[in-house]
Amino acid sequence: MDFSHFLNYKNSSIKAVFAFSMLFLSFNSYARQQNQDIQEVVKEEVTTGTHEEKSEKFDPTVVILEHIGDSHSWHLWGHTSIPLPVILFTPSGLEIFSSANLLNEHHEAIPYKGKNYTYLNEEEHIVVLGNDGKVNEEVSSKIIDFSITKNVAALFISVIVLVLIFTKVANSYKNRIGKAPKGLQSWIEPIIIFIRDDIARPNIGYKFEKFMPLLLTVFFFIWINNLMGLVPLFPGSANVTGNIAVTLVLSVIILIVVNINGNKYYWGHIFKPDVPFWLLPIMWVVEVIGIFSKPFALMIRLFANITAGHIIVLSLISLIFIFKTLAMAPVSISFVIFMDVLELLVAFLQAFIFTMLAALFIGMAVEEHHH
Amino acid sequence: MDLVTPSIGLVFWTAVSFLILIVLLKKLAWKPVLGAIHERELSIEDALNKADLAREEMARLSNENEALLKQARVERDEILKEAKELKDQIVADAKNAAQEEGAKMIEKARIEINNQKIAALREVKNQVASLSLDIAEKVLRKQFDDKQKQDALVGDLLKDVKLN
Repeated sequence: MDFSHFLNYKNSSIKAVFAFSMLFLSFNSYARQQNQDIQEVVKEEVTTGTHEEKSEKFDPTVVILEHIGDSHSWHLWGHTSIPLPVILFTPSGLEIFSSANLLNEHHEAIPYKGKNYTYLNEEEHIVVLGNDGKVNEEVSSKIIDFSITKNVAALFISVIVLVLIFTKVANSYKNRIGKAPKGLQSWIEPIIIFIRDDIARPNIGYKFEKFMPLLLTVFFFIWINNLMGLVPLFPGSANVTGNIAVTLVLSVIILIVVNINGNKYYWGHIFKPDVPFWLLPIMWVVEVIGIFSKPFALMIRLFANITAGHIIVLSLISLIFIFKTLAMAPVSISFVIFMDVLELLVAFLQAFIFTMLAALFIGMAVEEHHH
Repeated sequence: MDLVTPSIGLVFWTAVSFLILIVLLKKLAWKPVLGAIHERELSIEDALNKADLAREEMARLSNENEALLKQARVERDEILKEAKELKDQIVADAKNAAQEEGAKMIEKARIEINNQKIAALREVKNQVASLSLDIAEKVLRKQFDDKQKQDALVGDLLKDVKLN
């Protein structure tokens, strides 16, 4: 396929954008076709057992899923990565070792003989190898992985960053009582006031103060993790808020907070809705599903938005490798820059939406009806 | 699918770190920050209210001042008017007194003049009388040097008496 004539458009930006989108669409179909080819190749490899072609072929799906997924070591560049602790609860007891043991100098997974078993990192799942060198499915299914993975480490970093930022801000409030905000404080304060006056107060009502710490923490936690995820270098690069486990925890916390604070009107609305009595059993089912579907939507929304952003950025970068030409780089890079700027907005927007909806759900639970 | 299967380890660590974060931030940041913001808002509101009050007070004071000024002006005008009246009166009194005094002096002078005139007239009369008598004596003396004339006169006089 020859796309060079598309690159000759220089006269107007609209034409350029149109050309780029045409390119993108064509690449998409091309990439899909390529994918199928690769899958066929992989299948062939599996059946024939040849590994020669593997290093030559580039599979964007594998690369992208690897990047947005979690991993037991923090990959920096080439064959360099930061080893992270692997913590396993095995049927024979606790096992802690460095993830460096699971990789050889070529960055390939190798088995490691631990205290109790021999472990292997099989696509980021730690499995137990039997004496015959094959995966021991029975023991493997029983081990519980509490490793400090890349996402956990990134999570810790952002927690530390948040604590540092906000203790500094709190200190400047202590040192400058009654004065106008300055520096970092003046950057954070409008956001805090925005959350208080535009999210908490209108959605929760006069009881909003009790929920302010939760809402502020949720907002800044999501936001900082979204932003860190956009940074492709070491302290960033992890897809924390695009991981379903993280969004699950956040929404479960919201679920618990909403239902603990639900007043009699909230529960009354669930168990004694204003419907004919024969509809009650259906309503109970619907309302109970509703209790869980609201935080479930929160979980999926954040996870999907952030993951989608990462996938798009990584796909655009992958184009360079799919076409195996540097001429593709300017196109990819300009799209990636565009997407990154958009993701900056999405990072804030998703943090805002999550906080907003959390406030809304809490507000619905603590609202006092006067029928 | 791996992507949508939450791993227990990450769930555990997220829960732990998020709960620690919420506790830490609540204690270290949100309480002092929200408190400080709230306090500052109160103090700003308070300051605005105070400024309003001060402005009202100023307006009141300036009104009062104006009233005082007006009153003072009125009083000054009154005093000036009174002073003018007093001056006029004094001048008028002085004029009257001077006129009276003058009139009195003129009167006195006239009386004196009259008196002097009367005295002078009296003197003149006396002089005239004595002169006339002297003249009459001398004339009579001359006429009555001869006896005949005396008799004629007496006769005349007696004639008149009879006629009466």
